[in-house]
Amino acid sequence: MASVTDLEALLRPPAMEMPPYPPKAITLASGEEMIVRQASREEMPILLKAIYPLLLVERDYYDIVAARLYSELLAYKRYRVKDEYVLVGLIDGVLAGLVNGRLVDAKVGMSYHTLTIRRGLRVGSHLFAAKMEYHIEHCGQDEVLIVAESPIGFRRWMIEYPLDKKHEVQHELGGVPSWVLTRKTYLDAKPRLVSGRRPVPAEKLAGAAVIRLPGEDTVRLQVTGEKGGKA
Amino acid sequence: MRPVYVIGAGMTRFGRSEWPLVDLAAAASLAALHHADLGKIPVNAVVVANMGAGRINRQTAIASALVDRLSLWPAAAEAVENGPASGASAVKVGYQAIASGMADVVLVTGVEMMRAVDGLEATDFVASLSHPEAEYIYGVTLPSLAGLFARLFMERYGVERRHLALVAIKNHDNAMKNPYAHIHQPVTMEGILTSPEAVVNNPPVAEPLHMFDCCPVSDGAAALVLASQDIAAKLGAPRVLVAGIGQATDTHAVHERQDPTDLKAVRLASAAAFDRAGLKPSDIDVAELHDAFTILEIAESEAAGFFKVGQAHKAVERGETKLTGKLPINPSGGLKAKGHPVGATGVAQLVELAWQLRGEAGERQIAKAKTAYACNFGGFGNNVVATVLRKEER
Repeated sequence: MASVTDLEALLRPPAMEMPPYPPKAITLASGEEMIVRQASREEMPILLKAIYPLLLVERDYYDIVAARLYSELLAYKRYRVKDEYVLVGLIDGVLAGLVNGRLVDAKVGMSYHTLTIRRGLRVGSHLFAAKMEYHIEHCGQDEVLIVAESPIGFRRWMIEYPLDKKHEVQHELGGVPSWVLTRKTYLDAKPRLVSGRRPVPAEKLAGAAVIRLPGEDTVRLQVTGEKGGKA
Repeated sequence: MRPVYVIGAGMTRFGRSEWPLVDLAAAASLAALHHADLGKIPVNAVVVANMGAGRINRQTAIASALVDRLSLWPAAAEAVENGPASGASAVKVGYQAIASGMADVVLVTGVEMMRAVDGLEATDFVASLSHPEAEYIYGVTLPSLAGLFARLFMERYGVERRHLALVAIKNHDNAMKNPYAHIHQPVTMEGILTSPEAVVNNPPVAEPLHMFDCCPVSDGAAALVLASQDIAAKLGAPRVLVAGIGQATDTHAVHERQDPTDLKAVRLASAAAFDRAGLKPSDIDVAELHDAFTILEIAESEAAGFFKVGQAHKAVERGETKLTGKLPINPSGGLKAKGHPVGATGVAQLVELAWQLRGEAGERQIAKAKTAYACNFGGFGNNVVATVLRKEER
């Protein structure tokens, strides 16, 4: 008879060896410094808490991005997704945005989501670039499958890089025809889209060791920018 | 002509509004009417400035709708569409009504809801002001015209990207002190120009203009209550006189101008406004300029006569246009950071200046400001309204 532990092992996808993402520091337009680092499985609860208020924000497709990202982070926490990783951007230790994805196999990656909390500073652009950097430069993959759920995402990824069509492949995010970032596309785009400094000094890393969240109202205001309607 | 006074000023926060268009206009109007404290004195006319509601919000006849929303019947109502200069044009219409004796009290409200559509459509809607056969059909947008203008202006006068960045940094700093501003986010020279990351932080929009050289796309409304001398005196309102208004036009297509870097309409409109006010540019204590692009603040400040041609960027470098400088420009944050709901902008500039002259501008108050100037720049400089306000001592 199989034990609970044996059954759990059957429910979990097999895991590949994944290299760590080396943290980097990025100076933003505001002059603030954002530390980009990998988030551990143990940090998923606080990230889930950060995303929760956005589940009902329709503006700019935050609801669908937040809902899917919530399930992906939960699946990562509970070992129900194969070879996922999560990167976070922290300004003074406060969460500014996060990205995630997974490795399909040794050579192909799949981008999941990019969610920006602190808008207007190209945080999402920096974090998406960090994600591509992880797949191509650190995992040594040849390509990353990508889709966009919002027009903003389409402009940022498909047009700005620009990505190639790989529409014969259905992306895991709803079976939408995939686009692909190849190693060449990445290297061509790198000078204008990928930035950051390494190594990050120990004291700065220490300041980003614990993820802190902005208040829920702050998150909603930063995400929706809904202030023009108030006299 | 009878003298005309600003007796009330109000606006909504600029940014992204969830309110319907007319509610947004009503909010600013109510703020201005509350500020004016008219009591039982009737509003005789309502003039609404708007550029694109018929196209992007599917709403026309906004002035009639606003009168109804505010229960101001039977006030006369009309809308003014004059591109990005709609706001100051509407103020001019209100001014003329009072100066001519047709009205004693006029509410002028500017409103625009540009975030109802995505950025590309908003850019296209504004681009529809360009010459239809010579510009628009070739894909010309306002950022592209500004990019062409900036390249020539910078080459001719030695303006560098860091000068443009200094304008952006100043205006973002000012907006931090303005609760009504769209963008409450300071930017730094390192962040937008000199750090390696600046390439990503501040991508090109229309070279040499980058993202932080361009104003945001905003929703918002602003309103002024104008009144005759008798009404202003009866209410005991602080005496902010509309001392002079000037307006001038230039060729529709920019390439037809003898010198595309010469903002002739700004020059002529400003000269007319100063002449009517009996003032000189050097008499002005504070100015609001139409910095839809950072280069325009520099170029307009020269065309208006505040600096010699080719010298404004040096004044920016010396800090003369900061809140603490000799001539503070765009204390509100300007279009660059306060935001640019096109139809509301010209009114909002004068709201800021009225507050400045009344000593009500809070943290961004310019000490002892008695005279003020605004430039509302329509088209790409082909229709400009300049306004001079003066505080009268009792």
